[in-house]
Amino acid sequence: MHHDFIDRYSRLESPVHALDPRAKALALFTLLVVCVTTPPGEWWAFCIYAAVVVIIATASGVPAGYLLSRVLVVVPFILVVAVFLPFMHKGGGFVDLGLFHVSRGGLVILWNVTVKSLIAVSCLILLSSTTPFSDLMHGFERLHVPRFFTVVPAFMYRYVFIIVDEAERMKRARDSRNYRGKWLWQAKAVGHMIASLFIRSHERAERVFLAMSARGFDGTFPRSREMIMRPADYAFIVIVAATAVAGRLVVLWK
Amino acid sequence: MIPLAQEIAIRVGDLSYAYPDGTVALSGVNLVVRRGESLGVLGPNGAGKSTLALHLNGILTGDGQVEIMGLPVNKKNMREIRGMVGLVFQDPDDQLFSPTVREDVAFGPLNQRLPPEQVAHAVSLALDWVGMEGSENRSPHHMSFGEKKRVSLATVLSMNPEILVLDEPVANLDPRGRRSFIELINSFKATKMVITHDLEMVRETCRRIVIMDEGRIAADGQAQAVLADSDLLYRHGLL
Repeated sequence: MHHDFIDRYSRLESPVHALDPRAKALALFTLLVVCVTTPPGEWWAFCIYAAVVVIIATASGVPAGYLLSRVLVVVPFILVVAVFLPFMHKGGGFVDLGLFHVSRGGLVILWNVTVKSLIAVSCLILLSSTTPFSDLMHGFERLHVPRFFTVVPAFMYRYVFIIVDEAERMKRARDSRNYRGKWLWQAKAVGHMIASLFIRSHERAERVFLAMSARGFDGTFPRSREMIMRPADYAFIVIVAATAVAGRLVVLWK
Repeated sequence: MIPLAQEIAIRVGDLSYAYPDGTVALSGVNLVVRRGESLGVLGPNGAGKSTLALHLNGILTGDGQVEIMGLPVNKKNMREIRGMVGLVFQDPDDQLFSPTVREDVAFGPLNQRLPPEQVAHAVSLALDWVGMEGSENRSPHHMSFGEKKRVSLATVLSMNPEILVLDEPVANLDPRGRRSFIELINSFKATKMVITHDLEMVRETCRRIVIMDEGRIAADGQAQAVLADSDLLYRHGLL
């Protein structure tokens, strides 16, 4: 079955793809932190952050439409959380929008939440679309991210598709027996499916562990390859971080 | 004819095992396999075949003795034993857990603490052997079942085992995949143990056969003789 990997386009060849995963992670994380700590009124700073993201995205050759569609996934969350703020908030005077008066302070918060989450999410999407997932996890490992946070996602990445396939097969078998899921009493079938999916996954986990033990696994994951940071990687971190910090400082001095 | 100690690859003495829920899987199994022998373990579902295989590298430990190449299977020898016994599981999705083929094939050699150049060498040798060279960066999920089976075999061959244990190696393979996988099994010249209820496959890969039923060895002999005895096969649910 076909699945859309979260790291689709991560195996393209471009200057950005060629960078060490650690360099990308550090640079984009710096940008992200600088961005979310910038006061909301500093429009120019946000323009600079967005420009950095756009430049990296262009250099990576990942289709813009794809990146955009991924970034827009967060929009509904922003809407749910922040869209009422201009109406509820009471500070900063009012803006007349014809039909209603909205709070200026609330609008600023809405802008703040929207722009920061869009830039932050773009950073993450750029990272995952330019780095194969396994390399990203190796990179995090080298950056001394706790093992739990690298090993669990690595296993998830490997097995989530198998579990989805399994669920899909169960669903087909169920629907072949004329299941429509229209009635409340049919909800029971869904409950049973979830339970049996859980048990199957649990048993699979057991078998995977057996197969790993049979190959001498003793609880510590071996390091499979060396990663080397080249001058270009350091340059990337410095340039991205310096641009972000500069954007932030210039605005402060003004 | 009692084989000399140094000729023996696997010695199982009076081995019994019950699963935690009380199901008896093995009751008093005795088995000696010589080096270089190809042994088929035939038996119906639930006969204890896979349980026996899991004892050969100490994943399960029951009552009785198991010796591999003269070494008793115990905690102390575990790393050596697991390097000597290569176990290939039936479902390749259980065997292949890494995001890429290379990492999976390298997993065993890395656990053996081989230096990186030797690991890389072992990986490329094993992938060449199974005809999957060039697939190092692919992800197992995107491969066909036959390809996954080949890579599973490579993950064990890369450890350079003395004994290869295959659990239902050709189950679910299409005829072509089956034929080429059988050729692959036959190209492995060291000691082999093939666990199955597939009579045709065992005829093509093994010279000696034991039949297991209800946790016991029910018959033991030359492959041709055992496979010709339809009464025996019928009695043990294999025909």
